[in-house]
Amino acid sequence: MALLELSTVSVHYGRIQALSDVSLTVEQGEIVTLIGANGAGKTTTMRAISGIRPLSGGTITFDGEDISTLRADLRVVRGISQSPEGRGVFPGMTVMENLDMGAYSRKDRKNLAEDLDRVFTLFPRLAERKNQAGGTMSGGEQQMLAIGRALMARPRLLLLDEPSMGLAPQFIQQIFRIITEINEQGTTVLLVEQNAQQALSRAHRAYVLETGSISRTGTGQELLNDASIKEAYLGVA
Amino acid sequence: MNHQVVTYLAEGVDWIRFDVDALLGQFWNNTIEGLSQGSIYALVALGYTLVYGVLRLINFAHSEVFVFGVFAAYFTFYGLGFRPGPTVTLGIGELILFLLLALIAAMAVSGATAVVLERVAYRPLRRRNAPSLVFLITAIGASFVMQQVLFIWRGGNAEQAIRLLRPEPVFTVFNTAVTNIQIITVLAALVLLVVADTFINRTRLGRGIRAVAQDPDTATLMGVNKERVIMITFLVGGLLAGAAALFYLMKIPQGASYQGGFLLGIKAFTAAVLGGIGNLRGALLGGLLLGVVENYGQSLFGGDWRDIVAFVLLIVILMFRPTGILGESLGKARV
Ligand SMILES: Nc1ncnc2c1ncn2[C@@H]1O[C@H](COP(=O)(O)OP(=O)(O)O)[C@@H](O)[C@H]1O
Ligand SMILES: [Mg+2]
Repeated sequence: MALLELSTVSVHYGRIQALSDVSLTVEQGEIVTLIGANGAGKTTTMRAISGIRPLSGGTITFDGEDISTLRADLRVVRGISQSPEGRGVFPGMTVMENLDMGAYSRKDRKNLAEDLDRVFTLFPRLAERKNQAGGTMSGGEQQMLAIGRALMARPRLLLLDEPSMGLAPQFIQQIFRIITEINEQGTTVLLVEQNAQQALSRAHRAYVLETGSISRTGTGQELLNDASIKEAYLGVA
Repeated sequence: MNHQVVTYLAEGVDWIRFDVDALLGQFWNNTIEGLSQGSIYALVALGYTLVYGVLRLINFAHSEVFVFGVFAAYFTFYGLGFRPGPTVTLGIGELILFLLLALIAAMAVSGATAVVLERVAYRPLRRRNAPSLVFLITAIGASFVMQQVLFIWRGGNAEQAIRLLRPEPVFTVFNTAVTNIQIITVLAALVLLVVADTFINRTRLGRGIRAVAQDPDTATLMGVNKERVIMITFLVGGLLAGAAALFYLMKIPQGASYQGGFLLGIKAFTAAVLGGIGNLRGALLGGLLLGVVENYGQSLFGGDWRDIVAFVLLIVILMFRPTGILGESLGKARV
C-alpha cells in the first residue's frame, strides 16, 4: 500500500482549473519527484496534499486513510510536513523559534532535543545562527531553515517545493545531497523541482506535470535518458 | 445667539489659548492623570492591535466589546447590592473582593462578546473569502448593532453612578496627589500588559498567534489551527477590554452609556496606530503617550482641544514614522 495516493485530484482557483485528474503515488521510503514548467500546477499539488487548498474532485489517501477533507493542521499531526515554495521562513522569529514552530504539533516534546540535534547535524550553519532573525538570513540559509523546520515535525512524508529555487550553485549541490541523506535516514520525500536534472538523478521515481495533468511517469533514470524529456526539461537539444 | 458669538471672537481669541503657565503648573497632575487614562487606552488598544496583526482587520466593533464590559461591571456592582447614591464605606477585604468580582464579570462578558462577534460577523466572511472592504463595513455595522442593542435595553441615558471607591489621595509626588483609583488602574494595567506580552512571546499558543500574523499559510503548514488562533486572539483582546472597562467605570462612574465606547474606542485605536499597529508594546507606549499628551494639550490650549490634540499628535507622528513609533511587529513583514 502506498504511503500517499492522489486519485483523480482536481483543484480550482475560482473558475481557473489548476489541476485536472492528477493521480500519483508515493511509496514508503521513496524519493518521488514532480517536475514541470512554471505554472504547471506543482505548487498547487503540494498545497492540496497539505490541505491549504481544497479539492474540487478526487481523493487523497495517506497511510490508507482518506484525508481529502481533513483539516490542514491535522494533516501535520498525521505526519505530512511541507517546506513551501519561497521557504515561508517567519521573518520576525529567530532560527530557534522557527524550528520550534516546526515542532508545533508534536505531542512528544521531550524528544525534541534529538530532532534538533539531527537538524543541526544536517545544517551546521543553523546551529551557528540560532538567535538570528529568520528574515535577515541569506536565501540559502532560509532554505536550510525551512527544510530543518519541516523535519522538526518528525514527518513520515516530507514535501519539498522547489528547494533549489534562487540558490547559488554550491548551495544547490548541498541541498540535494542533504535531501538524499534525509531520505536515507528513513523519511519519504516528495520533491517538486524545476531543476529537473538534479531532481531526476536523486529520485527513485518521477512524474511530469503539464498544465495541470500528469503527462509522463517512470523511474528517475528512465526520464533522465528520455529524448523528449531531455529536450523539454533538461535543456539538451 | 449670533451676536454673542461675534463678541466672543471679537474680544480676542478666547476659543483657543496658549497657557504655558497652566501647562507647567499642572504638569505633574496631568502626567499622573494621563498615565492612568493612558493605561485604559493601552488595554483597549491591545485588542485592536492583536486582531489587526492576525487578520489585517480593523475591528471597529471592539469599542462595543469594551462597552459591554462596562455594563457588566456596572451590573455586577448592582447585583452585589450597591445602588446609586453616596459611596458606602467598605472594608479593604470586601472592597478587593467586590472589585475582583466586577473585574472577572467584565472580562468574561467582553471576552465572550468578542468571540461571539468573531463567530457571527467575521468567520462567515472568511469562509467566503470576502474582500477586506466587506470586513470593514461589517465591522462598522456590528459596532452600530451592538450599540443599538444596548440602547434598546437600557435607553439613551447613562446609568446613574455607583461608586465603590471614592478617589482619595494616597501619597504625593512633586506636590501632586496620586489617588487610589489611579494607582489601581496603572498597576493592574501594567500587570495585565506584561501577562499578555508574555503569553504572546513565551507560550506555544502565543507563538502560533505570531506565526499566523506573519504568514498564515505557512503557520497552517506547521500544524497551527488558524481558526482557533483567530478565536483566541479575539478572546484575549476582549478580556483586556473588559479589564479596561472596570477601570474606566471606577474613574467615570457615570460612564455606563450605550455610546460610551465611541470616543474611547477611537482614542484606543489611535494609540494602537501611534505605537505601531500590530505591535503589543507599541500599544502600551501609544496609550500612555496619548493619555499624557492630551492632558497637556488640555491645559495648554483649553478643554475643548483635548480630543483634537490626540489626533494632531497621531498625524504628526505618522508623517515622520508611517508605521508608528515602534513599527509593526506581531505581523512583521508579510513580504
Ligand atoms: N492564488 C492563485 N489564484 C489564481 N490562480 C492561481 C493561484 N495560484 C496559482 N494559480 C494558477 O494555477 C496554475 C498552477 O500554478 P502553480 O501550482 O503555482 O504552478 P507551479 O508551482 O507548477 O509553477 C497557474 O496557471 C497559476 O497561474
Ligand atoms: Mg510552484
